Amino acid sequence: MDAMLHITTLHYLVLGAALFLLGVIGVLTRRNVVIVLMSIELILNAVNLNLVAFSRYWQGIHGPGALHGQVFAIFVITDAAAEAAVGLGILIAFFRNKETVNVDEVNLLKW
Amino acid sequence: MLAATMIIGGVLVITRKNAVHSAMALITTLLAQAALYLMLYAPFVAGVQIILYAGGIMVLFLFVIMLINLERNMKERQFNKQWLVGIVAAAALGGLFIAVYTTTTRGKVLFPEGRMTYGESQNTQAIAGLLFDRGAGQYMFAFEIASLLLLVAIIGAVVMAKKRI
Amino acid sequence: MHDLILYIQSYLDSDRTPGGAGNIFWATVYILLVFGGLSVAVIAMNWLERKILAHMQVRLGPMRVGPHGLLQPIADAIKLLLKEDIIPAEADKIVFWIAPFIVVLAAFTVFVVVPFGPTHAITDMNIGILFMLGVSSLSVLGIVTAGWASNSHYPLIGALRSSAQMVSYEVAMGLAVLSVILMTSLNATGTGTLSMIGIVQAQLAQGEWFIFKFFPLGLIGFVIFAIAMVAETNRAPFDLPEAESELTAGFHTEYSGFRWSLFFLAEYSAMIAVSSIAVTLWLGGWLRPFPNALSGPTWELVFSLFPGITFVLLALMCFYNTARMPKHPLFKIQTIGLAGFGVVLGVIGLLLFLTPVRVRVTDIFWFAAKVAGFMYLYIWYRGTFPRYRFDQLMKVGWKVLLPTGLTLLICTAVWAMRSDVWFEVIVPLWHYFVGILHWLVSLL
Repeated sequence: MDAMLHITTLHYLVLGAALFLLGVIGVLTRRNVVIVLMSIELILNAVNLNLVAFSRYWQGIHGPGALHGQVFAIFVITDAAAEAAVGLGILIAFFRNKETVNVDEVNLLKW
Repeated sequence: MLAATMIIGGVLVITRKNAVHSAMALITTLLAQAALYLMLYAPFVAGVQIILYAGGIMVLFLFVIMLINLERNMKERQFNKQWLVGIVAAAALGGLFIAVYTTTTRGKVLFPEGRMTYGESQNTQAIAGLLFDRGAGQYMFAFEIASLLLLVAIIGAVVMAKKRI
Repeated sequence: MHDLILYIQSYLDSDRTPGGAGNIFWATVYILLVFGGLSVAVIAMNWLERKILAHMQVRLGPMRVGPHGLLQPIADAIKLLLKEDIIPAEADKIVFWIAPFIVVLAAFTVFVVVPFGPTHAITDMNIGILFMLGVSSLSVLGIVTAGWASNSHYPLIGALRSSAQMVSYEVAMGLAVLSVILMTSLNATGTGTLSMIGIVQAQLAQGEWFIFKFFPLGLIGFVIFAIAMVAETNRAPFDLPEAESELTAGFHTEYSGFRWSLFFLAEYSAMIAVSSIAVTLWLGGWLRPFPNALSGPTWELVFSLFPGITFVLLALMCFYNTARMPKHPLFKIQTIGLAGFGVVLGVIGLLLFLTPVRVRVTDIFWFAAKVAGFMYLYIWYRGTFPRYRFDQLMKVGWKVLLPTGLTLLICTAVWAMRSDVWFEVIVPLWHYFVGILHWLVSLL
C-alpha cells in the first residue's frame, strides 16, 4: 500500500481526456448512428468527470460548500438525457423512411 | 482499476460490431464512472448518474437498438471511409492535451492540492443549498431552464417518433 | 475465546454501521448474513406463496413433499439445478449469459443500505434512498437484455413490455418517495436527509410514522408507493409480461434450470427490497409500535417479548398440526418431521427470551415483521386481483399515479411550510390577481 501513488486531480483529468479522445474517435470513425450517439455520451461523461474532479479541487481551496462543479455535472447529465432522447427520435424517424442506420447514407439533401 | 475499467469499456464501445455489445460496454463505463464519483466525494452526482444515465438513458438506447433492425447493418462495413483522418485528428487533440498537462510555467506544479478535509455527510444538503437556497442559491434559474429544456425535449422526441403527425 | 466474545460484544455495542466505521471485516460478516437471510427468506417466500395462495383458493397446496410441504422449495431448487441448460441456437451467447446476473446483482446490491436497526445496516450512505431507487432501476437493463438475447419474439415483446412498465412506475415511486423526504426535513435542525437510517430517526424524532403524518397525505403516498412497487417488481396484478397464459412466460421463456432460478431469486429479492423501502419510509423501519407514546421500562419489556412470543406461537401451531396428522404408518416420517420443526421453532423462541439476545434482536424483528406483512400483501394481491391488460397498466401508471403523485408532492410541500403559506403564497397570489383586475379595468 505504500507504493500506491497519491491520486491527484491531474490523474482524473488525464482519465477524462482519454475518455474524451475515445469518444471523439468513436464519433469520427463509426458508421452506425447509434454507436455515434453512444460515443457522444462517452464525451459528455468525460466532461462530467473533469467537472467533478475540479469541484473537488475547488473544495480544497474554498471550503466544503463550493460544489459548483457537481451542480454543473448534474445539469450536464440532464442535458445528455434530453439530447439522447431527441437524437434517438430523429434516428427512428429517419430509419422509418430510409431503412438504414449508416451515417454515410444520410444524403437526402445532397445535390 | 476503475480507470482501467472505464478505458476498456470505452474502447469496447467504439469497436464492437454488435450495437447491443456496445451498449453493455457503455453501461459498465457509466457504472465505473459512478464509483469514481464516489471516490471524488460526490455521492449525489453518483446517485444521479446511476439513476439517470445507467438506468434511464441506456434503457432508451437499448429500446431503440431493439426496435430498429440491425441485422443487415452488422454485416456491412463498420468503420467510415475517413477513419484515418478521424484518428489523426484525435491524435492531434491528444497531443494538445498532453502539451497542456505537462507544461509547467516557471516551476509551478499544475493543480496544487488544497486541504481536502471534507467528508461526504452533508453533500446533498450542500448541493441543495447551491440550487435552492433563497439567499445563496445561484443555480435556481438554470434549474428552471433545465426543466423547460426537458419539456421541449419530450415534445420533440414524441413528435419525431410518431407515425403520423 | 473470552477475548473473541469481548471483541464481538464491543462491536455489537458500537453506534455506527460497519461501513460508517470503515470496518471491512464486520462489513463482510454483515454482507454474508444479509445474503444468507435473503436466501432463507426467498425459500420461505416460495413455500408461503404456494400455501397461502392455495388456502385462499380453498385448497391445500403442497402437502406431500415434506410435512405440509415444507420441503417443497428444496425439491424445486434441486429440480431446477438438475435441469438441462438450454441455450437457443441463434442467441447471443455472451449477453444471454450475462443478463440473469445483471438482474440478480441489481436486486442484491440494494440491500447494502437497508437498515435493520440504528446501526444494523451494511453501510449508511448519505444518499441511501437515491441509491436504492437507482440500483433497482438497473434491473430493467437486465430484463431488456434477457429478452433481446433470447432471439425469439415472445421474450422480446415480454421484455419490452416489462421494462416499459417498470420505467413508468419508477416515476410514481420517485414522486411518492420525494414527498416523504420532504417530511424528514421537519425536524429540529431543519435539514432533511436521504439516508435510510436518518429517515427512520426522523420518524422517531417527530413522534409519528410518516404514514400517519399530515393525514391523509402520508397515507396517499403510501398507497401510491404500494401500487407502484407491485408494478415495479412485475407481480400480480401487473404481471402481464410474465404470465403463463398470456405470453408463455415472457422474457424468461428461453431460460431453463439454473438461469431461471436466478430470475426467480432476483424477483423475490426485489420484492423484499421495495417492501423494505416502503417499511423504512412510511412504517417506521425498525421502530416498535408507539416508541414515544408508550415509553418506559415496562413497555420496553412488554414489546421486547414479542419476538419470542411469535416463535413460540409458531411452534405451538406446529405441534397442533402434528396432533392432527393422520395416524397412518405411512405418515410417521412426516409427523416426526413436523414435530422436529416445531421443536426447532420453540427452541429459537425460548432463546429469544434471554435478555442479551432480546435487546439486540428487537429492532431486526420489528423490521422483519413489517416486511413479512408486506409479503403477505403481495401474495394476497396475487390471489385476489385479476390481471391488468397492458394498456390499462400503462394508463394507470401515467394517467392516475403520476398526477396523484405530483399533487401529493405539492400538497405535502404546502402543508409542511404551513406557517409560511399565508404570507408566501396566498397573499402574493391575491395581489397578483388584483393587479390583473386593475389592468383589465384600466383597458376599458
